Amino acid sequence: MRYDRQIALDDIGVTGQEKLRNASILIIGMGGLGCPAATYLTGAGVGRLGLLDHDSVSITNLHRQILYSEADTGKKKVTVAADKLKALNSEVNLEVYDKKLTNDNARELISRYDMVIDGTDNFETKYLIDDACLLEEKTWIYASVYKHEGQCSVFNYKNGPTYRCLFPKIARENITCEVTGTLGMLPGIFGMYQAMEAVKIILGTGTVLSGKLKIQNLMQNQDLLIEITKKPEEIARIVENGIQSMAFNCTLKDEHQLYLDVRELHEEPLIESKNILKIPLQQLEARVQEIPKHQEIQIFCQSGIRSLRAKELLENKYKFGNLKNVSGGIQTILNES
Amino acid sequence: MRLKLKYFGKLAETAGLHEEDKDLESVQTLAELKTLIFEEYQFDESETIQVAVNQQLDENKTLKEGDEIAFLPPFAGG
Repeated sequence: MRYDRQIALDDIGVTGQEKLRNASILIIGMGGLGCPAATYLTGAGVGRLGLLDHDSVSITNLHRQILYSEADTGKKKVTVAADKLKALNSEVNLEVYDKKLTNDNARELISRYDMVIDGTDNFETKYLIDDACLLEEKTWIYASVYKHEGQCSVFNYKNGPTYRCLFPKIARENITCEVTGTLGMLPGIFGMYQAMEAVKIILGTGTVLSGKLKIQNLMQNQDLLIEITKKPEEIARIVENGIQSMAFNCTLKDEHQLYLDVRELHEEPLIESKNILKIPLQQLEARVQEIPKHQEIQIFCQSGIRSLRAKELLENKYKFGNLKNVSGGIQTILNES
Repeated sequence: MRLKLKYFGKLAETAGLHEEDKDLESVQTLAELKTLIFEEYQFDESETIQVAVNQQLDENKTLKEGDEIAFLPPFAGG
């Protein structure tokens, strides 16, 4: 009864409905994209939905994040969303993750589902989803919005291109809806495009938006479909090295201060700045001539312990008089992200 | 050679327009066009911008009269 109107479609039918019931999707980010996507997929009877978000509902979310109401402000998005979706369709299994997607949990979480819908609002998580899906051999459905313009594509579908094939060079400037503004309709439409792509993939019918980037500007009525080519070298780099860390969210509070980073080069958070000299503690003596003596230098590591050892070594053995230890470790010199 | 240039995302704001027709005598390849346009509009983080010729991303393209070029920056709102 419930699904009669979609079962009536030739390309769905009872078999298609069964496929939907057996499918599982992880929705990462329950904001302007995730809310409409989750709503329509719940309505359609997708068997199992994972909802991941670490954020709480704020009053400024309500114009576009349609699962939340005024009474929900301050509550966890995933909890409210799961309650609303459960009321819409109690047959759907809803699994909530009140957390951030991280380099440590991404592969394990994604491996539990057939595919991923990207409802995130930052480059860091998009590249993380891209890497994790490639390594776990999962398809993901991407969307992003900027003012009145949206992009959508399906990545890693049947060995198709990935997000890194489209944008191999990582942009550092994260522009979010909080900064630029957006109307609710745009993420609404793109979240529904994502839900529709998911349904086509589950049913194995229609033309999936793989190898293509859909771009629309709703204000200008611009509509474009760009062909994306696969970049095998980008794919091979991730397959060989695993998830690649992002550094661009980390910026220094004081950009004019000269720093010496004595952590190992792979340690996170990675941070790029021309004001940071990177010499791991083990290499300090061999590379001591690289460190200037006539300018104040603050030495840091993760917690302040190795940097203190480095400072003592440089002062006692090499007679430096211009060093300060960042005793609280790296987090105390970074801007809040 | 007359080309139709389209700007997306924040590039439309930097350039001050969504599209324009340009008559460019000196330009033969996409690489030359990119250098010219990036110079003219001073786009931020231009190395991250993807450029499609007639809706295809192909960096080694030779351009011809009437080609439609789309400048696509990455963005991440959601």
